[in-house]
Amino acid sequence: MSIEVNGKTLQTDEEGYLADLNDWEPGVAEVMANVDGYELTENHWEVINFLREYYEEYQIAPAVRVLTKAIGKKLGKDKGNSKYLYELFPYGPAKQACKYAGLPKPTGCV
Amino acid sequence: MAKFETPALKEYPEIPVVQPGAMAHSRPFVAAAGHQAALGFPGELVDDWQAVAIAKMGELLGKYRSLPVFLDSCVKCGACTDKCHYFLGTGDPKNMPVARQDLLRKVYRRYFTFAGKHFPKLVGAVDLSKEVLDDWYSYYHQCSECRRCSVFCPYGIDTAEITMAARDILDSVGQGQKYSNEIIGKVFKIGNNLGLPGPALEDTLEGLEEDVEDETGVAVRYPLDEAGAEVLLVTPSADFFAEPHVDGLIGYGKVFHQAGIRWTLSSYASEAANFGLFIGSYENMRKVALRIRKAALDLGVKRIVFGECGHAWRVAYSFLNTLAGPFDFLDPRYPVPQHIIEVTHDLIQRGALTLDKSANDDLRVTYHDSCNVARASRMGTMPGGQFVLPREVIKACCNHFYDMSPDTIHESTFCCGGGGGLLTDDLMELRVKGALPRMQALKEVVDKHGVTHMAAICAICKSQFSKVLPYYGFTRDQIVSVHQLVSNAIVLGSKQ
Repeated sequence: MSIEVNGKTLQTDEEGYLADLNDWEPGVAEVMANVDGYELTENHWEVINFLREYYEEYQIAPAVRVLTKAIGKKLGKDKGNSKYLYELFPYGPAKQACKYAGLPKPTGCV
Repeated sequence: MAKFETPALKEYPEIPVVQPGAMAHSRPFVAAAGHQAALGFPGELVDDWQAVAIAKMGELLGKYRSLPVFLDSCVKCGACTDKCHYFLGTGDPKNMPVARQDLLRKVYRRYFTFAGKHFPKLVGAVDLSKEVLDDWYSYYHQCSECRRCSVFCPYGIDTAEITMAARDILDSVGQGQKYSNEIIGKVFKIGNNLGLPGPALEDTLEGLEEDVEDETGVAVRYPLDEAGAEVLLVTPSADFFAEPHVDGLIGYGKVFHQAGIRWTLSSYASEAANFGLFIGSYENMRKVALRIRKAALDLGVKRIVFGECGHAWRVAYSFLNTLAGPFDFLDPRYPVPQHIIEVTHDLIQRGALTLDKSANDDLRVTYHDSCNVARASRMGTMPGGQFVLPREVIKACCNHFYDMSPDTIHESTFCCGGGGGLLTDDLMELRVKGALPRMQALKEVVDKHGVTHMAAICAICKSQFSKVLPYYGFTRDQIVSVHQLVSNAIVLGSKQ
């Protein structure tokens, strides 16, 4: 499978996650979101950017609790919960947001 | 993902009309060559796959006495036909346990029995064709190895073991399942199913310590790699990562804190789950289990305690000693290994914990017996302790507890629909449909007793229910960890 971003063809795995993390650019998130029928807002980008920063440091997506805490600090306490994150990413912040951010899919019993 | 219809919840559970081929399209992604290699399996379908598969079947028949007994002894009585949640949810007759067994049995007869070798048509024996192999891949990934059917089989035939054998054969010819095999590779490389490296685990646990102190004012610790601790806690990595799992982990820490037990997690053995069981691979199951032994020795602990994980407890309770023992270096006064529910239950019995039930007064709780705990293990010292202890712990923490229908709990419990290596997005239709019997039973107690939450002690159950509850009109947060209830009720600080 593959997606077209700014004229480039990027490989993805069977579930639509980027095959090569280095291929990521902001356009990737936009294209993936459009395929799923969403428009990315600034709030989505707060999450996506945090995921990428965290991944850079720890080589894994942040735990849901780590993510909600960080978003709460940035956007206010009322948004520091998983309910808010599910509103942004209805398929689940861990999976949908990771996909848009170019991170590998979290595996295991999650 | 293809669209599918969520089954309707009826007034009473109904046995569905048979729909041949209804789930023939369901097959999980096949493992890539890299995922296979890490487990010692061929990367893709080998050229002489038929000969390799038959030879592997012969090997397994010789190795596991149970397998030929199960394949020989079925009398087609039909007692199992309406017992599988995947049959009840899909109506596909190949999801009747007897039919699932027959997929392997008909090939066994052809190559390993006198009648099948000489008069195959008389005994329903068939050659192992590519079509049969594809059927195996599809339908042996529609069994969650929950063993409910075996409870009702008069001969005790365990379909789970047949599924495990079939998956082992599939792996040996290069047809592994991506979800399970990728995960086992991550355990070997990083130490857990998630692929959570040590520094990320440390950061996550530090965050938990801050949160708990903010909420309670008490400095509860979530220690990592602390040599000389009394207890090594081995828990599913989902407990670090997901909700509601992490609320259970917070609860374990509070229990240890309040009991004054020095405990630690290990970054090397940061996973309780053992997917080697799911794929029927003894070698891989043993490699995963040995990590726990090594961590216990390296850290010099005296006890090993398992967190809330269903099949981990099966592997731990039933097989750990032969897989990774002897554990003669642990304190013999405690069970080896011990379940966190046993730890908490024992402390409650001895009056060592103060629990304020009213903290859970906003919840009306039921309990989902996880299949591997219910049918493949025990807790405590009396028969059926695995049913009694978790309920005792819940009742000690909650004023409002209601059991679901008797034929859906204890040893007759229904699988959540995502067990046995099927908790993957590419099997979502199967997972949603397979959850039907449990959702039906839940709806009954919701209607009758106003139940608001279902508690469980398995990471797979928790993730599966978070995902499928909304399909049936419930909300994702209606599933909770048992130790989340403990966490809410426990009174921290010195005893009053």
